[in-house]
Amino acid sequence: MISLIHWLKKIVPPLAVMAVVVALWWWVVVKTESAIFPTPWQVVVGAWELAEDGTLWEHIGASLFRVGTGFGLAVLVAVPLGLWMGWVSGAYRTLNPIFQMLRPISPIAWIPLAILWFGVGDVSPIFLIFIASVFPLIVQTTSGVHTIERRYLRAAANFGVSRTELFRRVVVPAVLPEIIIGMRIGIGVAWLVVVAAEMIALRSGLGYMIMDSRNAGNRYDLVVAGMIIIGAIGLLLDGITRLLERLRTVRWRYVR
Amino acid sequence: MSADKIVVTDVHKSFESQKGTLPVIGGVSFSVADGEFVAIVGPSGCGKSTLMNIVAGFERADRGSVRVDGAEHAGPSPKGIVISQHGSVFPWLTVQQNLMFGLTGEGHGDKAALADHYAEMVGLKGFESSYPHELSGGMLKRAELARALVVKPDILYMDEPFSALDALMNLRMRTELLRILGEERHTVLLITHDVEEAMYMADRIMVLSPRPTMIQATFQVDLPHPRKLSSPQAQTLREDILRELGL
Repeated sequence: MISLIHWLKKIVPPLAVMAVVVALWWWVVVKTESAIFPTPWQVVVGAWELAEDGTLWEHIGASLFRVGTGFGLAVLVAVPLGLWMGWVSGAYRTLNPIFQMLRPISPIAWIPLAILWFGVGDVSPIFLIFIASVFPLIVQTTSGVHTIERRYLRAAANFGVSRTELFRRVVVPAVLPEIIIGMRIGIGVAWLVVVAAEMIALRSGLGYMIMDSRNAGNRYDLVVAGMIIIGAIGLLLDGITRLLERLRTVRWRYVR
Repeated sequence: MSADKIVVTDVHKSFESQKGTLPVIGGVSFSVADGEFVAIVGPSGCGKSTLMNIVAGFERADRGSVRVDGAEHAGPSPKGIVISQHGSVFPWLTVQQNLMFGLTGEGHGDKAALADHYAEMVGLKGFESSYPHELSGGMLKRAELARALVVKPDILYMDEPFSALDALMNLRMRTELLRILGEERHTVLLITHDVEEAMYMADRIMVLSPRPTMIQATFQVDLPHPRKLSSPQAQTLREDILRELGL
């Protein structure tokens, strides 16, 4: 009973805000008698239409596939590289400057190059997602190694473990929580980028769906539906990476 | 008296800073017998921890030598385990995994059983599968102590081991440590700023001078355990030590 009240307290205020926003939106559209901007109900009907004929699922699938592949590659590259750069100071000194320079370049700025190199297929957005998520992951992993508390390294040295053992048994588990934080940042950026990339170059995906709906007859109901779906999936992706924070071996980093 | 376990001879140490050379240790010599409990007390910032780091092998002296069992000290090893103020129990491992951390290689038999034996000895039975963040400060200290004992070290280097605990837990841990040392004798070198803590546990107390530090006075503590710090003898000793500290 108490947990139900607690749950209601958590869920009611945000739902109330959303209801107010939707109501306001509806009221403005009706009041201004807009011919082109949809009411919430029109958005629901439009989205339902796309869901029924299956194109919505195709677009979602295409976007998720690109994010999954690009982000997966970024994790495979960034985690070993970040650990290496954090652990070997020569590697850090050599590689950090170039990564720091590449990092502030918006992934969107890479779009022309991506098209030049990889054309307008699936490889371009995968490349862009890779570029977008690999740098935050490298930076987070490297700084994770750098901020390992010395007392743990000292304790391990005291117990006489070798350097390779130290890496496996202390460095990796100590950095794991930082890697998970990097993954959360990375997947967030990746999702932002896939939509932007699809708006420009592609024939499928949620970004394309939005642009196509506008171009093919000003279907703003589908534009707004696309936006809402992107938001919902982004939230879902973040929620999934957050589940990793519940692993018992990383809990220590997030309590306190 | 049994053989000397640790022999420190004329150790000097300075640190370079922007303002020039800062001498921290200005010639310290002492020895600790096998099985002896020696406490070093000194004002804060006098270089106690630096001295401990040198004796435990984590730092090198500029001059002088540290010998353990007659051999020149080459660096940290499981023969002498450090227990420090903030602790170093690995937060990503359970209590049992922490206790098994130092049991590398063969020849330890059933590692889990050994770990559990020491968990029980320090009063952590039932918490073997807990993670450190689920434990209280006192329990963490017990886990750290047990993790050290598991590898059967000859020496325990304790650097302000209980000073991060609350006063009550601090008192309790003193008694616990003495009980454990009653079961398994280890040579102990304790560094503390707490005179009463030193008096409660140590066989001998050395008082350090301010920086660059030297041994200013040594007191033999010939009081039977369990010690009553309110006894007249103890009070006199306490005043003598405090006087050396300039209080």
